[in-house]
Amino acid sequence: MDNIAGTKSSLTWAVHLSVVVLVVLWLFPTVGLFVSSFRTSDQIASSGWWASMFPTEQNLVLRAAAPSAQVQEGTDFVISGNLFEGSTAGRISRWGTSSRAIDVYKAGETADLGDDKMLTVEADGSYRMVSPTEMTGGRGERVFVTAKTPPEFTFDNYRNMLFDPSNREGMSRAFISTLTVTIPATVIPIVIAAFAAYALAWMEFPGRALLIAAVVGLLVVPLQLALIPLLKFHNAIGIGKGFLGVWLAHTGFGLPLAIYLLRNYMVGLPRDIIENAKVDGATDFQIFIKIILPLSFPALASFAIFQFLWTWNDLLVAMVFLVDSTGETTVMTKAIVELLGTRGGNWEILATAAFISMAVPIAVFFAMQRYLVRGLLAGSVK
Amino acid sequence: MATLSLKNLKKSYGEAHVIKGVDIEVEDGEFVVFVGPSGCGKSTLLRMIAGLEDISGGDLEIGGRRVNDVAPKERGIAMVFQSYAIFPHMTVRENIGFGLTIARVKKDEWNERVNEAARILQMEHLLDRRPSQLSGGQRQRVAIGRAIVRKPQVFLFDEPLSNLDAALRMDMRMEIGKLHKQLDATMIYVTHDQVEAMTLADKIVVLKDGKVMQIGAPMDLYHEPANLFVARFIGSPAMNLIDVTVRETTARGHVVEAASLDPVEIPTATPGRAGDRLVLGIRPQYLTPSHDAATGKLHGKVAFTERLGTETILDIARADGSKLVAALPEDALFSTDDEISLTFDPARARLFLPEAG
Repeated sequence: MDNIAGTKSSLTWAVHLSVVVLVVLWLFPTVGLFVSSFRTSDQIASSGWWASMFPTEQNLVLRAAAPSAQVQEGTDFVISGNLFEGSTAGRISRWGTSSRAIDVYKAGETADLGDDKMLTVEADGSYRMVSPTEMTGGRGERVFVTAKTPPEFTFDNYRNMLFDPSNREGMSRAFISTLTVTIPATVIPIVIAAFAAYALAWMEFPGRALLIAAVVGLLVVPLQLALIPLLKFHNAIGIGKGFLGVWLAHTGFGLPLAIYLLRNYMVGLPRDIIENAKVDGATDFQIFIKIILPLSFPALASFAIFQFLWTWNDLLVAMVFLVDSTGETTVMTKAIVELLGTRGGNWEILATAAFISMAVPIAVFFAMQRYLVRGLLAGSVK
Repeated sequence: MATLSLKNLKKSYGEAHVIKGVDIEVEDGEFVVFVGPSGCGKSTLLRMIAGLEDISGGDLEIGGRRVNDVAPKERGIAMVFQSYAIFPHMTVRENIGFGLTIARVKKDEWNERVNEAARILQMEHLLDRRPSQLSGGQRQRVAIGRAIVRKPQVFLFDEPLSNLDAALRMDMRMEIGKLHKQLDATMIYVTHDQVEAMTLADKIVVLKDGKVMQIGAPMDLYHEPANLFVARFIGSPAMNLIDVTVRETTARGHVVEAASLDPVEIPTATPGRAGDRLVLGIRPQYLTPSHDAATGKLHGKVAFTERLGTETILDIARADGSKLVAALPEDALFSTDDEISLTFDPARARLFLPEAG
C-alpha cells in the first residue's frame, strides 16, 4: 500500500539519482562547448575548459620596456612600468632573470643584474630598473615570472564566425539559411495539420476512420524510404533542389505526427462546447477558428517546438533536397560538417560553430518548455 | 415564442431503437419538463429537437414549420448544456455575445442585448471575468445568458442543475422558474429529478425506454398516475404499492384485499374481475396510523422512524415482509416495533394493472 498516488514512493532516491545523471550528462558537453567557444586556441590546447574558470599559475616570459624608454632621475637612469602591459594582469609570486633560475626572487625583492643595475618587481607586475650608467641595447630586459592569471575569455571566436564578412567559413549565411528552412517548415505543416485534425476529430464524413488509420500508418514509415523518389519527383516537376523543395519535404514528413497529435488533442475537447457553438449558429469554419484553435494552443505550441527542433537540427533532408555545390544554401548542420573536415584541429572554431547552432533550440526550449510538457500530456492525462 | 410538436418521433442507432414514437404537443410559452430515469431517451429527444441528432422517423415542427432537416441554427432554438459548455478562453461578455457575434449583429445592438441578458440574470458585475474565475452557479448563469441573448423561439435545458450543489440547485431552480415568467418563452427542460419537474413544469412528460408514459400537469401526475411507473417515479417519499387481489367488483370499483389489508372498496375505472391481481397505490401522506389494531385496514409493525421536523417518516413492515412508508405530522409518536394499523380514504387510493413481466 505504499505506492498509492500521493504517498512517497520508496524509489524516490532512484528518481533523484537518474535526474542528476541526466542533468550531468546533458550539462557536461554543453557547458564544455559553451566555455570553449570563448577561449583562444592556445588556451584550449594548454588546459581543459574546466580549468578556465579559475586563476591559473603560469610561468611567463615577459619583457621590461626597451632601454630607449629610460629616463634620467638625478644621476640614475630609470626604466619603470608594468610587465603585464599589453596582456592580462596577474599576481606575481616569484620571478627571476635567467631561464635557468626563474624563481629565485620573491615579489618585491630586488635583483642585481650586474654593472650596478638593479631590478625590482612588485607582485602586481610593476617594475623599476635603476642603473647608474645609461642603459644600452635594442630590447628590454627579459623577466621570468611565476604568476597567477585570472580567467580570460574572448569574444573573438564569435566575432570571427558571425560578423567577419571576409571569413568564407563564417556561420552567418548558414544561420540565415537554417532560419529560412525552419520557419516555413514549421508553420506550413501546423496550418495544414490543424485543419485536418479538426476534420478528423469533429466532422463526419465517409472514410474518416480509414483516413485516421492511414495517418497512424504513415507515422511508422521511415523517411529514408521517400528521399530518392521524392527528389526525382521534385526534379521532374521542376522544383529541383532549393528552399521550396525542402519546405515541402519537411511538411510531408512532419504531417503524420502533427495530424495525429492535434487530432488526439482536439478530440478530447468537450463535445458540449462544440455542440453549443453549433446551436448558436457557428459554421464548422467559425467553430475551428474561434473555439478549437484557441483551445488547442498547448498542443499547437508543443508540436511547433518539436517540428522546429527537428528541422533546425536536420542534416539529411537538407542534404538531399537543399544543399547544392554553390554553397549559397548551406545550412548550419552542413556548415559544421564541412568545418570538421577543413578545420578539424581548430576546436575553438568548432565549439563556436556548434554553439551558434545550439543556441536557438536551447532558447526555444527554455522559453516554451511549459507548453512542451502540457501539450504532450494533454492527450493522455485528463 | 412558438409552439412545438413532436409527431411519432423516432430515433434508432442501427438496430437499437432509442426513441420509439413520441407524440408531444407544446403550447406557446409553456414550460415542459421531460423526466425519466437515466437511459430513458430524454436527452436524446432534446438533442433531436435541437438538431444535434438526426431524426429517424416522424415529424418535428417548431412554430408550425417542419424542421426535421433544418440545421440547428435555423431552428430558432437555444440550448443550455449540463456541463455549461462555456468557452474557457473568452470573457463572460464574449461568451454571452458569441451567438450574436456569429450572427454578425452590429456593435451597438450587440452591447445592448448582452447587457440586457446580464441584467436579467443579475450578473453585470461579472461581465469582464473569465469562466475560470466563476463559481458553478455563475457559470450556469453565463450558459443561460448565452441562450437568452439570442431571443430564441424555444429554450432547451439539458439537466442544467445537476452539476450544482443542493442549496444552489434550489436557488437556480427558482431563478429558472422566474425567468420563464419574465421571458414568457417556450421552454423544454430535461431532468431526472422529479422535484425539479414538479416545481417548474406547466406540463410534465414522463419517459421510459423511449416511450411516453404520461403527459400532464404536475398535480395530475401526482394524483392520477396513469401507470405503476409514473406512480413510482413521481412523489417523494414514493407511493406505497401493495399487491392485492380483487374480491368482488362493484358499481364504483373493486373490493380488494391482501394479506395484511382488510377488504376495502376502492372507486376506480381500472378494469378487473374477481380473482384478478392488481396493485393498490396509496401516497404515504394519506395513511393515518393508529395504535389500535381494530381501527385500521392495513396492519404492520414499525421498523424505523425518521424525524424530519416538518414530518415524521414511518417505515412499516407488513406481515408478509413487504414495506410501507407513512408520512405523518410532526407530533405523531410511534416507536420501533410498535404494532400499528393504518387507515386511509379509499378515494385517495389508486388501483393499477400489474406491469407485464
